[in-house]
Amino acid sequence: MAENNRAVIKLKERFAADIVDIKEFRGEVTVTVKKENIVDICSFLKTALAFNLLTDVTAVDYLGQEPRFMMVYNLYSIPNKDRLRIKAQVSESCCSIDTVYKVWSTAEWLEREVYDLFGITFNSHPDLRRILMTDDWAGHPLRKDYPLQGPDREPYKGRLS
Amino acid sequence: MAQIETMTLNMGPQHPSTHGVLRLVLELDGEIIRKITPHIGYLHRGIEKLSEYRTYHQALPLTDRMDYLAPMSNNLGYVLAVEKLLGIEVPERAQTVRVITAELTRLKSHLVWLACHALDIGAMTVFIYAFREREKVMQLYEKLSGARMTSNYYRVGGLSADVYAGFEKDVQEIIDTFPGFFDTYEGLLTKNTIWLQRTVGNGVISAEDAIDAGITGPALRGSGVDWDLRRDNPYSGYDKYSFKVPVGEKCDTFDRYKVRLIEMREAVNIISQALKALKPGPVLADEPQVCYPPKENVYNSIEGLIHHFKIASEGFPVPEGEIYQSVEAPKGELGFYLVSDGGNKPYRMRVRPPSFVNLSAIEKMAKGAMIADLVAVIGTLDIVLGEIDR
Repeated sequence: MAENNRAVIKLKERFAADIVDIKEFRGEVTVTVKKENIVDICSFLKTALAFNLLTDVTAVDYLGQEPRFMMVYNLYSIPNKDRLRIKAQVSESCCSIDTVYKVWSTAEWLEREVYDLFGITFNSHPDLRRILMTDDWAGHPLRKDYPLQGPDREPYKGRLS
Repeated sequence: MAQIETMTLNMGPQHPSTHGVLRLVLELDGEIIRKITPHIGYLHRGIEKLSEYRTYHQALPLTDRMDYLAPMSNNLGYVLAVEKLLGIEVPERAQTVRVITAELTRLKSHLVWLACHALDIGAMTVFIYAFREREKVMQLYEKLSGARMTSNYYRVGGLSADVYAGFEKDVQEIIDTFPGFFDTYEGLLTKNTIWLQRTVGNGVISAEDAIDAGITGPALRGSGVDWDLRRDNPYSGYDKYSFKVPVGEKCDTFDRYKVRLIEMREAVNIISQALKALKPGPVLADEPQVCYPPKENVYNSIEGLIHHFKIASEGFPVPEGEIYQSVEAPKGELGFYLVSDGGNKPYRMRVRPPSFVNLSAIEKMAKGAMIADLVAVIGTLDIVLGEIDR
């Protein structure tokens, strides 16, 4: 159960006020936290619980819900061979979160990608530029309100013949 | 006093040694690299966005277009992720065939790595030899799935079809002959003075820095980190096979070369164990809600045809939830993060591409080196741009 997870026990001790939700699904533990303390939580997980590999940083757009975005950090501990997922809510009106680049340097590019495709900005990120789209691109393609065929184009209606 | 000026040089996106459309802007002091600014995205096709508009099976062919040198590893990561989300078990024969084909894919991918890496550094013979051997795997791919590269052979719940008659014989031929070919490559390279001068001490990154930079796969093992997902978080029945996980010591390009060569020998070892364990049985799970019906039913009964049509057009609903599933792809940890809202299409599919993260460490590995050494670093990272840009 999620309550017995080694990271969950420690996080509850240290950051009880920041935890919003703890879930377990198919053996994977997800801890949702408030975004204000994300850097402290991440550096605690890295130093005290040996989650030394930041596997992935991404976001999900829950259009129509509040808060709209969810930042997702997939962590892995090479010494303990276990995973943990940290999620942080980001609202559309205040669409920014602190960078975790100082904790794991791999976050630099991964956060750039999130900025590029979702439009979430990262406070004190060293080099926040678009990465996959061109510099002059307008809009953020992975947002749910961004049309699949791109802006200003008719949606594809299938073959006419 | 003499003034020192740095020069900015553009390398790529059309450059033979950047392995695709990678563009690097280099700041040079003479021939010494002071700064590297990579520019990527030339091959961005929006695979993550496209998959949100497709059913789970329709998104499957998108995945083998990411790392097109190792399509079956991509497919494997994706189908395992969907199966985990659904909570279904895959029959043993399908798992074993998946292991055999995934390891053949590793051979195929590593052969391209070796060929291009050696060619970049000037050893043309190895290039020709390695592509000759890769062709054997490609032919097997074609017999198995009908396509040389974009195989799309797996299905959620198992395989698209059982292996063809004579598959075992073809695989046996590969595992009998390949170790000899590896000896040839090693004979051409391992003690070759030019090869040693170009690779020993090149692109050094310590274990701690490599983990911090998120490097995974053979590139991380070359830095001395003993970690392999196939052994440490086994999937698809990898726990049944015994294999060595090679680890480097000096954290340089030569050690990564040795790690990958041993990995190729170990892949042959795993294939031969899996081939012995291959028993007759079903290749698709007994989950009519999810899996396609057998072809005989589709062609001979109206119910079978309707069943096939429903799954092909409508897909299947997937329980609400989110999972992350990763596999040890030839390039490193390939992860799929899937979010389902209970519908028949992924609400969000995130691919964690190993090449993307490995490439982000390029400045750490090549800063202060010569331009020619940068070419060796790109080769040793084993990147593929289809996966980086998605």
